Amino acid sequence: MEAKFLGGSPSVPQGVEREHATGLSVALKILGAGPVIILIVLVVILTLSVPNFFTPRNISNILAQIAVIAVVALGQHLVILTRGIDLSVGANLALATVLGALMFRVTDNAFIVMGTMLFAGAAVGAVNGLVYVYGRLPHPFIITLAMLSIARGLALELSIGHTTMRGMPETITTLGGGASFGVPNSFFAVVSVAALIFVIARYVVWGRWIYAVGGQPDAARRMGIPVNQVIVSTYLISGLCCGVGAILLSGRTEAGSPLYGNLLELDTIAAVIIGGASFLGGRGHLGHALVGAVMIGVIRNALNLLNVNLYFQLIAIGVIIVLAVESDVLRNHLESRMRVKQAGALG
Amino acid sequence: MSKPVLEVRGAHKRFGAVEALKGVGFVAYRGEVLALLGDNGAGKSTLIKCVSGVHGLDEGDILIDGEKVLIRTPAAARGAGIETVYQDLALFDNLTPAENFYCGRELSFPRWLPRGLRLLASRQMNSEAAAVIERLKVKLPRFDAQVALMSGGQRQAIAVARAAVFARKVVILDEPTAALGLRESRKVLNLIAQLRDEGNAVILITHNMEHVVELADRAVVLRQGQKVGEIEKPNRSNQQDLVAMIVGAE
Repeated sequence: MEAKFLGGSPSVPQGVEREHATGLSVALKILGAGPVIILIVLVVILTLSVPNFFTPRNISNILAQIAVIAVVALGQHLVILTRGIDLSVGANLALATVLGALMFRVTDNAFIVMGTMLFAGAAVGAVNGLVYVYGRLPHPFIITLAMLSIARGLALELSIGHTTMRGMPETITTLGGGASFGVPNSFFAVVSVAALIFVIARYVVWGRWIYAVGGQPDAARRMGIPVNQVIVSTYLISGLCCGVGAILLSGRTEAGSPLYGNLLELDTIAAVIIGGASFLGGRGHLGHALVGAVMIGVIRNALNLLNVNLYFQLIAIGVIIVLAVESDVLRNHLESRMRVKQAGALG
Repeated sequence: MSKPVLEVRGAHKRFGAVEALKGVGFVAYRGEVLALLGDNGAGKSTLIKCVSGVHGLDEGDILIDGEKVLIRTPAAARGAGIETVYQDLALFDNLTPAENFYCGRELSFPRWLPRGLRLLASRQMNSEAAAVIERLKVKLPRFDAQVALMSGGQRQAIAVARAAVFARKVVILDEPTAALGLRESRKVLNLIAQLRDEGNAVILITHNMEHVVELADRAVVLRQGQKVGEIEKPNRSNQQDLVAMIVGAE
């Protein structure tokens, strides 16, 4: 029994055991791909049952609608990877659009306005992270929930009673509301942010540390990983993503508003979990957040096309979140049982 | 005898009103297994945590190759050539064995960037980790699977192998077989022997007298934060003396 690691190694002793294990890995892969399969099934059903669903125009609509959820969910995903949660994203985004709109009254330089929104988002995120880590709070929901209230209040205060603050530089409206080759520009923005985060998560040391901190915070500390800085950075990136979301949303609507991003925390957390990431920390990749965001967008859009009223949509989204988290629990349970079997079959 | 690779002198550690270490000293030599024995609360874990940088000593010195070193963080201990296999293993369930090996000290490039911003040299880490796994004859179901997938013995082996990757002078193992069955314990003991044969000073904390008799070249006994005895070449005939020292019934 001098076999080394068996996967792909030439010195595999028993072919039978190996086939058995391959079957299990396939089953594991299918479980892992669950959200994507559900999404495809959902799209097929909606295409067949909802008129005007699968048309270029409507697909383009959906892409534009989910851009904000998707980009903010990417940041939320990093936070959830470290076993955290960011409840302040909606309020953070609203505050950023208000500050952007205020800045537009001072200057019509698009880059300064965009910079303002990005900086505001990142700053709020950084405060979340710093207070959570260095204030030794027991759980990040406390500070981010407080920040939800603070940032929303600040946004309302700064907008002095205006629910919409009209006007955005042209570059921003093009980015948020325009389209190239029939595809919304905001879609390209989301893809760019996703690509950047993908590279960080997959190829950069810091990204590996994010996974390590999520997987086993104590061990990460003992292995010399700067755990506190890593955690703060995830909240900062989440805030930065809110800033990007603020640019896209204020660009699409050509306005800032203190009322934007209502329940965005719910949508983004749902996107991350529906997509197949886990609250257990350190598990999941950003594809999960994107798949989840698309799923939420598709469901919302279909309910709209079916003329389901807004109140019922809220109920439906809530129910879907519970189902998604429940399926996460079920999936983890099944996965761990299969893994034990797989380890046994090969060990 | 050759010069000790690790020497601890007059180690004091206090937690509030509790004096966990009251001036403990011991030495460890290359190529030997030193068993650190004592009942629960004797101060073994505290001593080991001070050497591995989890706690800092209040008083006393740690010497590596005769030179005083200041060890205040786990990173400092590792920098000084001291690797630790913690009782809870400190593995990352969501990462692969190779990712676990290098976690916190990833091979990365380019060098002029701050460490956190460098790119991972994944291929190099994978091949070097695979080489260590092969050298230590550790059997894993799959090399590219998450550690969560592995059995208790395999996980223990990964934790020991991780220490082996970087061990240059001292390897500390805290109760490495406590949670393992007979066959899996055997494999870990073989790994420990191999670490010793590769020229490390191995410090083994265990409650298992069989393992002490089998592997240890020397045994140091702690009781109530003090060193109460030391026995060369523990064997079946002086095993009783060791037990007496541990429980304090001379």
